[in-house]
Amino acid sequence: MDLSLSGICHSYGEVEVLRDVSLHIPSGQIVCVVGPSGCGKSTLLRLVGGLERPDAGDILQLGAPPEGCLNPLTYVFQDFALLPWRSVEGNVRLVLEDRDLTRARTEEIITDVLARTRLSGFRKALPRQLSGGMKQRVAIARALAVNPAVMLMDEPLSALDSQTRELMMDDLVNLWLRQPFTAIYVTHNLAEAVRLGHQIVVLSRRPGRIRQIVAIDKPLAERGLADPDLEAHQKELWHLMREEARAADEELLND
Amino acid sequence: MTETGQSPQKQSVAPQKQPVAPQKQPVEFRGGGFAPTAKRGVGALVFVLIIAVMEWGTRAGWISNLTLPLPSDVLATFGELYRTGRLWEHLVPSVTRLAVGAMFGVSAGIAVGISIGLFSYVRAGLVPLVAAIFPIPKIALLPLFVIWFGIDEASKYALIAFGTFTPTVVATYGAVDNVDRTLIRMAQSFGVPWWSIVRKIVIPGAMPGILSGLRISLAIAIILLVAAEMLGAERGIGAYILEAGSLYDLERLFAGVTLLSLIGVIVSFVIGRLEKALLGWRS
Repeated sequence: MDLSLSGICHSYGEVEVLRDVSLHIPSGQIVCVVGPSGCGKSTLLRLVGGLERPDAGDILQLGAPPEGCLNPLTYVFQDFALLPWRSVEGNVRLVLEDRDLTRARTEEIITDVLARTRLSGFRKALPRQLSGGMKQRVAIARALAVNPAVMLMDEPLSALDSQTRELMMDDLVNLWLRQPFTAIYVTHNLAEAVRLGHQIVVLSRRPGRIRQIVAIDKPLAERGLADPDLEAHQKELWHLMREEARAADEELLND
Repeated sequence: MTETGQSPQKQSVAPQKQPVAPQKQPVEFRGGGFAPTAKRGVGALVFVLIIAVMEWGTRAGWISNLTLPLPSDVLATFGELYRTGRLWEHLVPSVTRLAVGAMFGVSAGIAVGISIGLFSYVRAGLVPLVAAIFPIPKIALLPLFVIWFGIDEASKYALIAFGTFTPTVVATYGAVDNVDRTLIRMAQSFGVPWWSIVRKIVIPGAMPGILSGLRISLAIAIILLVAAEMLGAERGIGAYILEAGSLYDLERLFAGVTLLSLIGVIVSFVIGRLEKALLGWRS
């Protein structure tokens, strides 16, 4: 299932956050959205997932979601959003409970997604017992459990320390290689963007508009830490964003 | 200090400046405290100590027996109460009133509190009402309740229910307001139905606040119970205390008061257990 955005505009009261954003997200690709702080990246994601309504423009799903898809547009949040009173498996089960699934099928899905995120040994653990990286893996397992057509990832690694982030990027790449998923990946971290994105959408500062779309053709499997090609892309992106980021930073201070 | 790459000037100055070995001093510890830990038996020790001082003072005579009874006499009164069966005669009606009244009040309070937390119209309509009812001393309403519900048990149930209702409402809607909104957004984004969100996220998330509200509500319930029994009951701990007081029977008065604080301790213990069972996910 592809996703198509055309002419998205959105304001919060007086503040215009997005202006005329049009974007195509092809199936099986990760599209990273980068931009200076306050450029409406997260707003864009909330609009795409239907948590908010855009003031203008259309967000269309092209084609049918895959077989067995329970929740076509599924979020992975920056702060994990795990229920602290439920165990790892309970948190995954939450999103399967109100569906028309047999008990055996539910168990099968839980076992499968926990295995894919390497959490099989922690089924009964409570969130407070887990590290940040493991919490985010639980959140990713929960997202995978509903077999989404498009994953909407809102700075999923921003709350993690840099080593954990590095490990999690490898995890995400491996997940994608085993079973390619479609994702919109919002981040302010350019290293993440060049590592995971097939396309990188650069937004301008508020009101957010698309400045450029950079495609990276190198297959995900061949990308690694300190890859010169990626560094070049990262430098290019930083060059695009630098002035905007500085301006956005000063704008926030003036508020 | 073994700086090899220094400029020649500095090297010539350094030996003059440090003729003796630098003074060694352990770093002063400044942390610690502000972290209460469980100390077993200290609570019991305080009780024992106070009772021992009372016993000693009244026996030795420096506490007049008009001020305090002998704790051992109070205990003897207790024993007598138990043997004659009058203990149950007073305890059973009191505990029944407490249980029935508090059950109605608390369950209505939780239901209304959750509705206030969930629905804007209910909030707009009921919060001012609750604010108006909350400060009324409920005991002042007992005559009214006697007219409405009769002189029997019903008016006492109503009084206790009403008294526990308002603090429970306030605690509950505050707790619902404090439930993490990101969890609710998360559930919505996964298409979890509204009623499931309430059951699986709002109520468990509000549980810590509801339970701490329950502690206050039940303490208020005990106070109201005694007040109601003092105003119009033949049986019950309140009536027993009132009777003992008017006869200036300090032993029985203290026996009654002790019974009340025992009920209080048991209630608090039960809530503590409930918190352990329901809120094991915290900390």
